[in-house]
Amino acid sequence: MVGIVSYGAYIPRYRISPKEIGRVWGIDGVAYGKSLNIQTKSVPGPDEDTITIATQAAIHAMDRVNINPEDIGAIYVGSESHPYAVKPSATIVGETIGATPNMTAADMEFACKAGTAAIQVSMGLVSSDMCKYSMAIGADTSQGAPGDPLEYSASAGGAAFLIGKEKTIADINYTCSYTTDTPDFWRREGQKYPRHGGRFTGEPAYFKHITSCANMLMKHMNTKPEDYTYAIFHQPNGKYPFKVARMLNFKEEQVKEGILTPLIGNTYSGAVMIALSAILDKAKPGDRIMVVAFGSGAGCDGFDITVNENILSYPINKAPTVDWLIKRNVMLDYAMYAKYRTKIILNEGD
Amino acid sequence: MAVPRYWREVKSRYRLQGSQCTRCGRIYFPKRSVCPYCKRQSIDKIVPYNLSGEGTVESFTSVYEPMGGFEMQVPYIMALIKLKEGITITGQIVDIEEKDLKIGMPVKMVFRKIGEDGKSGIIYYGYKFSPEMYNSISTP
Amino acid sequence: MREVAIVGIGSTKFGELWDRSFREIGIEAGLKAMNDAKITSSDLDALYAGTMSTGSLINQENVASLLLDYSGLASDHLPAIRIEAGEASGALAFHQAYISVASGYYNIVVVGGAEKLTDVSEDVAREITSATSDQEWESFLGSTQASQYALIAKRHMHQYNTSREAMAQMSVISHANASLNPTSHMQNKITIEDVLKAPPVATPLGMLDCAPMSDGAAAVILCPLDIAKKFTDTPIKVSASVVSTDTIALFNRRDITSFDSTILAAKKAYDISNKSPDKIDIAEINDNYSIAGLLSVEDLMFSEKGKVSKNLLEGKYALGDKPSINTSGGLKGHGQPYGAVGVSQLVEVVSQLRGEAGKRQVSGASVGLTQTVGGIGSVSVVNILERVN
Repeated sequence: MVGIVSYGAYIPRYRISPKEIGRVWGIDGVAYGKSLNIQTKSVPGPDEDTITIATQAAIHAMDRVNINPEDIGAIYVGSESHPYAVKPSATIVGETIGATPNMTAADMEFACKAGTAAIQVSMGLVSSDMCKYSMAIGADTSQGAPGDPLEYSASAGGAAFLIGKEKTIADINYTCSYTTDTPDFWRREGQKYPRHGGRFTGEPAYFKHITSCANMLMKHMNTKPEDYTYAIFHQPNGKYPFKVARMLNFKEEQVKEGILTPLIGNTYSGAVMIALSAILDKAKPGDRIMVVAFGSGAGCDGFDITVNENILSYPINKAPTVDWLIKRNVMLDYAMYAKYRTKIILNEGD
Repeated sequence: MAVPRYWREVKSRYRLQGSQCTRCGRIYFPKRSVCPYCKRQSIDKIVPYNLSGEGTVESFTSVYEPMGGFEMQVPYIMALIKLKEGITITGQIVDIEEKDLKIGMPVKMVFRKIGEDGKSGIIYYGYKFSPEMYNSISTP
Repeated sequence: MREVAIVGIGSTKFGELWDRSFREIGIEAGLKAMNDAKITSSDLDALYAGTMSTGSLINQENVASLLLDYSGLASDHLPAIRIEAGEASGALAFHQAYISVASGYYNIVVVGGAEKLTDVSEDVAREITSATSDQEWESFLGSTQASQYALIAKRHMHQYNTSREAMAQMSVISHANASLNPTSHMQNKITIEDVLKAPPVATPLGMLDCAPMSDGAAAVILCPLDIAKKFTDTPIKVSASVVSTDTIALFNRRDITSFDSTILAAKKAYDISNKSPDKIDIAEINDNYSIAGLLSVEDLMFSEKGKVSKNLLEGKYALGDKPSINTSGGLKGHGQPYGAVGVSQLVEVVSQLRGEAGKRQVSGASVGLTQTVGGIGSVSVVNILERVN
């Protein structure tokens, strides 16, 4: 059965608080942060970008498993902040982990679900025996326009999943997607910051697609919410995933440990993948996990996953756990944050 | 840096691939085509060798007058790292302030951005070293 | 091999020479040296030119022909040879010139070193300077020349308890001597306190631990010793001229608290000239960074390894001591136009040995040494000069 052979996550060490952002823009940041249920968000350092995050996550996934990297037949990196508009991030990952040259690669984009789309493609390649292993990575260093509500949540992070058939630690029983053309959030080519439909991003976008996808998945698998040990939903803020869980009749204990946005912000294509990494860090054999990622534009990828016994001998300590990555944090003020996020105008020709 | 010159070394820059002389077993980084010990007898006997990326700090400095392209990181720490394999290389140390760094501290390689050729040129990636990342794997 | 003497010396002022071009300063030094030796162009057999980075600094290669041409000698069609070895280019040009006369191939040769560092911005100059380290594996990753020497300093402090104050004292000595030398770039005296309080460049080195970016040129005339008296009453014999090298990258060194290239070149030079370190009256050494001066003192065996810090704080190596270090002002005080340094160090030693060093004269000086370093110790040139009677 196709499943997860190995995984690795990466979150940059820097953080900024809504209070500090609000201070600069004349907003009560503490109150706004409470309304989003976000206390801090992650900020990439000046020498980090989606490629370094994707690559570091991939290195962590490879550090935990003993396979020949040349057996990796495909690598896909999903992001909405690829450093190059043309020139793939995936080839750099491939070169670093030693998978080149006998492999296929491409970069993907579907807002916050580009990483899970990569998982689905990987599943196809592996289950059809076109590849022995395929790596799917979701990573982002998303930006919110200065002063915009998204600035309080848009953050950086990523996770890599090695998909295969042999020696999996968790098996993917089923995947399905619910996709429509819904322009709730977008960024035009050449623009630095995205735009969004405000409240339009809630009910017609996020909630409609997640509930539809989750229901579609449970109907196909003939399952009910209580059949799952954990449920992971996309988490653009710290409120939505709790709300959609209630709408679907999941209990808070099932979703709580998979909601990381309150501490690291919305890592976009990394969000659901990092949350799944966090759950796998503590999962036991037999645990069943529902994962529903949402990407604006809009669509949801749903997964029904069962953890197996191999997780007991899986050496998670060979790479940083999500818990360690979250706990390692250094607070920034807005000036340093603006400098790291290149929001300060520099001299031309420098 | 010219694109072909950068591209030629990516295996070394991205995954610390050096070389090993199969005649005497010595490991080198960066890679060499002639072993300084075996000299002519090492020709055609050198193979690629991937270094582990773990090492300790031999010396370090905080740079305030930066190399071109490093202005946004000032002050940044340059160091000599003695790798587990017994050889020393130069690299930037990240994730720590100079006041907390000590000679002898263990570090692990991390993949970071080195620089870029302006806003429209290619981006340079490579190895840097992090004491924090070393600690992330030694404490369960 | 016949013995060789220096019979003429010349130097421009060192500093920020805004209104002088590279070719102007090159010829000025050369003509001064020729005047000093009272020779004309028809006496010359060849020109050796040492410059490090004219290609990057002034976009000009092929500078040996350029200098010869603008000295008015193009119609003589003389051999003109340019040597490059990083910051030791001038010293290496001298070494090649010395060999050519010692071997008998040429008789009378002019050696010039010149560099113009101020036409480009400091940032650009810094990048050009880092070109003498390993571009791919040091400079590309963020190393500057200052950060390289800072790594050496940190290690020297760690291994030998060397103090910041001792390093500062090296700069203090250089400035004190420079203030007595009319051609020096720096003319002010400084204190240890000044050095410690200066803005950081690459810790533990601050602005006053680092030599300035200077323009300047220097030249010497060489000829066989047995005809030297035709040109000067005070010929200075070249008793030894030795070159030694090491790995280009600092990270590949045996021990970064020493420059093996200097140790080996010095040992051989002392051997060839039959002079021990304690016979040296004056030494022009590499102090492009204060710590470099400390290494030089130890590597040249003017101090036991690890003890130079203590010696400096006890007042050794200042003007009047044996050896008196960097009576010219050194690189820190006199200036650092890369290609010119190796030759101007010789100009200073010759002046001292002739008794022409004015306010900075070391009385009775009869044996002198120059040490020039290229890259971060990847090449060292050690020359020993003696007064002959």
